[in-house]
Amino acid sequence: MPTDRPGPRADLDRAWVLHPQVSLRPEPFGALLYHFGTRRLTFLKDPRLVEIVRRLPEAPSARAACADCRIPDAELPRFGAALASLAESAMLVERAQSGRHDLKGSGLA
Amino acid sequence: MTTAPADARQPRLTELFEAGLDAPICLTWELTYACNLACAHCLSSSGRRDPRELTTAEAKAVIDELEAMQVFYVNIGGGEPTVRPDFWELLDYATAHHVGVKFSTNGVRITPDTARRIAANDYVDVQVSLDGATPEVNDALRGPGSYATALRALTHLAEAGMRGVKLSVVCTRHNIPQVDDFKALADRFGAQLRLTRLRPSGRGADVWDELRPTAGQQRELYAWLLDHGDSVLTGDSFFHLSAYGRSLPGLNLCGAGRVVCLIDPVGDVYACPFAIHDEFLAGNVRDAGGFTGVWRASPLFQRLRAPQTGGACRSCGFYDSCKGGCMAAKFFTGLPLDGPDPECVRGFGEELLARRATDGTDRPRPSVDHSRPVLVPLTRRPPAPPVSACDESPLSGFRP
Ligand code: SF4
Ligand code: SF4
Repeated sequence: MPTDRPGPRADLDRAWVLHPQVSLRPEPFGALLYHFGTRRLTFLKDPRLVEIVRRLPEAPSARAACADCRIPDAELPRFGAALASLAESAMLVERAQSGRHDLKGSGLA
Repeated sequence: MTTAPADARQPRLTELFEAGLDAPICLTWELTYACNLACAHCLSSSGRRDPRELTTAEAKAVIDELEAMQVFYVNIGGGEPTVRPDFWELLDYATAHHVGVKFSTNGVRITPDTARRIAANDYVDVQVSLDGATPEVNDALRGPGSYATALRALTHLAEAGMRGVKLSVVCTRHNIPQVDDFKALADRFGAQLRLTRLRPSGRGADVWDELRPTAGQQRELYAWLLDHGDSVLTGDSFFHLSAYGRSLPGLNLCGAGRVVCLIDPVGDVYACPFAIHDEFLAGNVRDAGGFTGVWRASPLFQRLRAPQTGGACRSCGFYDSCKGGCMAAKFFTGLPLDGPDPECVRGFGEELLARRATDGTDRPRPSVDHSRPVLVPLTRRPPAPPVSACDESPLSGFRP
């Protein structure tokens, strides 16, 4: 269980957004995320997680996005850990930082 | 990699994949049947261009569709894709439309100029095919001069500063003893080694018996792959070897029609690049519904996504990881699709192979053949770059 990993709680209080080089593709089971820079593919198997990720850009914090999606408090650590692992693989970036990524004008945002 | 809140009730990802996706993950697109080489084991029996090949405009329309479906990248092959005069144009068109490109080449058109062009595009990956770590072993299969061509291409790419080039090897009886040499060669060029399985597809059917690894070599290869883990790519093509014990990294599942498919040069859509045969033809991108219609609604793909019975393999304790192996390998060797792989590590495939007709009349023949007529004495071994089913770099490190 990733719930005992250090840190995920702290992440919930920051504002996150998908890395500008990441695309999200809806699928019957949830969604695929593809990072055009690292060429990594990630699978989001829980539709609620997909919805949280979709709401991140508008939410003041990850915690707020979870609240929008009516995630019960008891489940917050699990979702926090899932978001933390997305951040570790650079699929998510902190919102304040996102403007710094340069796409070299390729159109592949 | 999978991200989900930990939850034991969630189905495993492979189970979700078996039901199919809205768009493929691992799409191979062979741009032309034309090839400067004539490899003995060419999976697509390439050689001559087909006059019905997609035009530039049609190819761009396919790219538009892929963009709309959010197919993140395509594995481009052939034939030799770079001999298409519009190759570079299509490459730029794809990457400008959010479709990354990984292409396979024998290296013939990789000059210092094209190497710089490739290196300058962040969304292009290239893999150079080589089937021997020495000219003797390679050229016997891929034709005279092909080793030098591949090494020249690797040199140009390295000098252009291209990162993450793949050195792609189809494993045979003759080159498995060279596996450490391949690794050293890849390291020398700063490239990543990619080893894939020889399938009896295309012209590969004619040479499969003499080229396929021995049982002992399969075991050695399995141990070698376990030792090297994620540093070596495999296109998830050796999952039948998982039955030796531990699962290899990657997706242990036949993805044909579920996550994998092929668009061939004339626009025909097959379940897998190793399954170019009417039996696995799902439709054509020129059909009314386009590629999207074929992928989402073709009766063949629906059938491949339905639960499989496992047949004779069901009672095998390794079925969970091996899944009975490769559909194309079974089909082209004339074995039942719901039984063991011809290279089943428990030897069940061998037993079935031994019972086939000795004249080969009970094996399906490829329905499509663009091999050039042999004009030279048979000492010259012809080729096309074996294009792999999957380029796995996004899936490497991924464990369901
Ligand atoms: S038919 Fe074989 S090569 Fe094709 S996806 Fe299935 S296992 Fe892979
Ligand atoms: S019997 Fe079938 S499932 Fe078992 S190892 Fe052989 S091919 Fe794989």
